[in-house]
Amino acid sequence: MTTTTHDHDHDHAHHGPAKGITRWLYTTNHKDIGTMYLWFSFAMFLLGGSFAMVIRAELFQPGLQLVQPEFFNQMTTMHGLIMVFGAVMPAFVGLANWMIPMMVGAPDMALPRMNNLSFWILPFAFAMLASTLFMDGGAPNFGWTFYAPLSTTYAPDSVTFFIFAVHIMGASSIMGAINIIATILNMRAPGMTLMKMPLFVWTWLITAYLLIAVMPVLAGVVTMMLMDIHFGTAFFNAAGGGSPVLFQHVFWFFGHPEVYIMILPAFGIVSAIIPAFARKQLFGYSSMVYATASIAFLSFIVWAHHMFTVGIPFLGEAFFMWSTMLIAVPTGVKVFNWVTTMFRGSMTFETPMLFAVCFVVLFTIGGFSGLMLAVAPADFQYHDTYFVVAHFHYVLVPGAVFSIMAAVYYWLPKWSGKMYNETLGKVHFWLSFIGVNVLFFPQHFLGLAGMPRRIPDYALQFADFNMISSMGGFLFGASQLLFLYIVVNTVVAGKPAPAKPWDGAEGLEWTVDSPAPYHTFSTPPKID
Amino acid sequence: MQRRLLRAGAVMAALLVGSAAQADWQFNMPKGVTDISQEVYGLHMLIFWVCVIIGIAVFGVMFYAMFKHRKSKGAVSSNFHESTKVELAWTLIPAVVIFAVGVRATFTLADMYDVDNADMTVEITGYQWRWRYRYINEADPDAEVDYFSSLSTSRDEINNRLAKNENYLLEVDQPLVLPVGQKVRFVLTAADVIHSWWVPELAVKKDAIPGMANEAWTVINEPGTYRGQCTELCGRDHGFMPVVVEAVSQAEFDEWLAGKQEEARQVAELTNQEWSVEQLVERGRGVYQSACASCHQPDGSGIPGAFPAMTGSPIVTGDIQGHIDIVFNGVPGTAMQAFGDQLSPVDLAAVITFERNALGNNMGDMVEPIDILNLNASE
Ligand code: HEM
Ligand SMILES: [Cu+2]
Repeated sequence: MTTTTHDHDHDHAHHGPAKGITRWLYTTNHKDIGTMYLWFSFAMFLLGGSFAMVIRAELFQPGLQLVQPEFFNQMTTMHGLIMVFGAVMPAFVGLANWMIPMMVGAPDMALPRMNNLSFWILPFAFAMLASTLFMDGGAPNFGWTFYAPLSTTYAPDSVTFFIFAVHIMGASSIMGAINIIATILNMRAPGMTLMKMPLFVWTWLITAYLLIAVMPVLAGVVTMMLMDIHFGTAFFNAAGGGSPVLFQHVFWFFGHPEVYIMILPAFGIVSAIIPAFARKQLFGYSSMVYATASIAFLSFIVWAHHMFTVGIPFLGEAFFMWSTMLIAVPTGVKVFNWVTTMFRGSMTFETPMLFAVCFVVLFTIGGFSGLMLAVAPADFQYHDTYFVVAHFHYVLVPGAVFSIMAAVYYWLPKWSGKMYNETLGKVHFWLSFIGVNVLFFPQHFLGLAGMPRRIPDYALQFADFNMISSMGGFLFGASQLLFLYIVVNTVVAGKPAPAKPWDGAEGLEWTVDSPAPYHTFSTPPKID
Repeated sequence: MQRRLLRAGAVMAALLVGSAAQADWQFNMPKGVTDISQEVYGLHMLIFWVCVIIGIAVFGVMFYAMFKHRKSKGAVSSNFHESTKVELAWTLIPAVVIFAVGVRATFTLADMYDVDNADMTVEITGYQWRWRYRYINEADPDAEVDYFSSLSTSRDEINNRLAKNENYLLEVDQPLVLPVGQKVRFVLTAADVIHSWWVPELAVKKDAIPGMANEAWTVINEPGTYRGQCTELCGRDHGFMPVVVEAVSQAEFDEWLAGKQEEARQVAELTNQEWSVEQLVERGRGVYQSACASCHQPDGSGIPGAFPAMTGSPIVTGDIQGHIDIVFNGVPGTAMQAFGDQLSPVDLAAVITFERNALGNNMGDMVEPIDILNLNASE
C-alpha cells in the first residue's frame, strides 16, 4: 500500500491530469475515459428515458392524446436505439475502462490513444442520430430492429444519417473491444493467470470477442441498406429480386449476440458483488467461466428465434427452437451459482447488494419468459406483443441497467474517494424496484391478452393495465433523477471513503487508495 | 412531485380494488376455438408451470438464505465453493425437463406446418394499412371473391371526440368470413412492407412479406367473431389495421359466398354501363373514404410535409390522364400505392371522378369505368 501511495505522489508531480477541458479532450488515461463513458451513458439514459416517458404518457389512456402515430413510431425507435447503443453498451465500456486495468494489475489500457478515439466519436454519432428528430420527414420510425423494406424503400430521408451514426457506433465498439482484449491478454500482472481473473474480466473478454464478431455484421447490414437506398441495389427489395427476409437473418445474426453483449458484463458485476456482501467465495468459479463461454457460443446459433413467424421451413424452425431452449441451461447454472454463493454466507444488504440480489430475481423472471418464448408454437401467440416487450425489459432494465447501478454504488467510493449516502441509495433502490415491476409486470398480461407492440393506441380491454404500467414508468423515470442527485452529491460532498469500504470485497482494485490514484500499478503488483 | 405520486398511488389502489370486483380482466392467453389453439394454450401453461416450479425452488432457497444467513443474525460464512455433483445435477435436471417440453412442442409445430388437404384457400395480402382477402376459385376465376377489409372505427373516436365503442380499433368494414369445420389454408403476402396477420383465438400468426408467399391453416370449431391485429410494425397506421374473422356454418357461408359472387358479377356489368358524374361522385365518396382518406384525409386536406392535399392539387385539377396514371400506377418509393390492381374499374373511375368534383374541386369532367377497363387491357 505504501508503495502505491508513493507512486501516486510521484506521478502527480510529473504527469498527473492536465488542467481544464484539454484534460478530457486529449486524455489517454483509462480512468478519465471510463468516467467520460459513464457520464455519457447516463446522459443517453436520461434522453432515451424521456422518449419512453412520451411513449408511456401516450399509452396512459386509449385514444390519441399527446402525439400522432408518426411521432410515436419515432419515439419507440429512438428510445430503443439510444438505450441499447447509447446507454447500456457505453456504460459497460466505461466500467471496463475503469476496472479492467485495476483488476488485472495493469497500469492502463493497452491502446490508450485508440481508447480516446473510441470514446470521442460517440458524441458525434449520437448528436447525428438525435438531430434526425428535427429533419424533414422526421427521425427513423421503423423500430430499433429497422426491418426492410420499411427502413429502405419506405423510410424517411433521415435514414441515411441513421446509417452513418450506426457505422460510427460500430467503429467505436470494435475499437473498444480490441482494446479490452489486448489489455486482458497482454497486460496482466505476473501471476494473474486466466483462471485467477475476476469474473468481470472474464465476461468482458468474451463479450469483446462477441463484439468483434458481430459489429461488422451490423455494419454490413446497414451498408446493404445504404446501397439499396442510394445505389440501386436490391438486397432487400423483392421487386428487384432481393428478399426482406435476408435482412432479418443478417440483422438477428448481429442482434442475438448483441443481447448477450448487454448481459454478460452484468453477470461479471453480479459475480463480484454477491460474494463481497455474502462474505463468502463465489460458488463454482470455473463453471461460471464455462457457462459464459457456452452462452457466447450458443448465441450465434439461435438468431432465428426472433423470426418464428417469418415462415422458415419446419426443420429450421425446430432447430432454432431447440438451440434456444438449450441456452437456458448454462443461464440456469449461473443463477444457481449465485444463489448457492449466498447460501450459508454472512450477508448484509447495502445498496450494491440490493441491486445485485434484485438482478438475480428479476433477470431470472426475464429468463423464464425467454424460455416460454423459445417454445415456437407458443411464440406464435407471444411474438410482437407486449409479452415480448415485458420479456426484454425484464432482462434489460432490472437486468443490465440494475447491474450497472449496482456497479456504480459498489465502485463509486473507489472512483471518487467518497462514500455515497446509504439511506438515499436504499430509497433509490426501492423506488426503482417498485417502479420497474409496476411498469413491466402488467405488460406480460397485456401481451397474453393480445396487445401488439409498437402501437400508439389500443382496444379498450387493454386500458387498465396500460394505465398501471404508465404509472410505474413515471415512478421509475423520476427515481433516476434521485440517482443523479445521489452520485453528484457523493462526488461533491460525500464523506471520505477508505481504500476498502466493503469488508468482504476481493480484488486488486481494493489494494489501492480511494480515490484510485491517477496512475495505478505502474509497477505490477505481486499475485500469490 | 410528492402529491402527484400520492395521487397516482391512490388511483392505482382504486384500480386494483376495482379489478377484484370486476374480475373481467384478461390476464392469460385465450384458449381459442381451434384444436391447434388449444394445444398451444396447453404448451403455454406447461412451460409456465415449469418456470413457476423452478422459480419457487430457486427463490425459495434464496429467500431462506437472505433471511437466515444474515450477518445481523450472527451468521458466519462457510467456505464451500465447489461441488461437481451439485453442478452436474443442476445442469442435467433442467436439460431433461426442457427436453420433455421440446418434444411435445415439436409435435405441435409439425401439426401447424401441415397445410396439406385443405378444403379451401384464402389469399391474404397486407397493404398499408388494410387487408385484402381473395377466395381462390380455380374452377370459376370470374366469380372470385376479392375485397379489402379496413378499420371502421371513426377518427372521431380515435381523437376522443366521440365515446369509444366496445370494439374500438378491432372492427372492420368487411370481415373475413369463413365456414366452421373446414380446413382453410391461408396464403399470405404483402404489397408494400411486411405485415403480420394474427388472430389469437385461432393461434394463427404469420408474416405477410412482399415477394414471398407464406402458408398457414386453421379449422375453426365454433361459430363466432374473432378479432386480432397486424403485429408487424408497418408504418404510421400499424395500430389501425385490425383483423376480424367471422366464422359461420357451412350453409351460411355458402349463401354469403354466393351473394359476394353475384356482387362481383354485377360490378363487372356496371363497368359496361353508362355513368353520370353525379352517380360516379356518389359511389366515389365511399371508395375515397376507405381507400384514400387515411392519408389524404377525409376532407382532402392532406398532411403537410407527408401527404399532399387533394383540394386544389395540381394533379387532381390538371389533365385527367395524369390523374388516372397516378392513381393507377402509384408513385414508386412513396406511400402512394398503385391502385390499379386494388380497385375495380368502377371504383377507380368513381374515385377519380369524385376527387375532381368534390373535396372543394369542381372540374366537371369524369372518366368512365369502361375507359379504365380499356386502359387495363392495354397495360
Ligand atoms: C424508463 C424506463 C423505460 C421505460 C418506461 C420503457 C418503456 C418502453 C416502451 C413503452 C417501449 C415501446 C413499446 C412499443 O414498441 O410499443 C419500449 C421499447 C423498447 N425498450 Fe424500453 N423502457 C425503459 C427502459 C429501457 C432500457 C433501459 C432499455 C435498454 C437497455 C430499453 C430497451 C428497449 C428496446 C430495445 C425497445 C424496443 C424498441 C422498438 O421496438 O423499437 N428500455 N420501452
Ligand atoms: Cu435473441
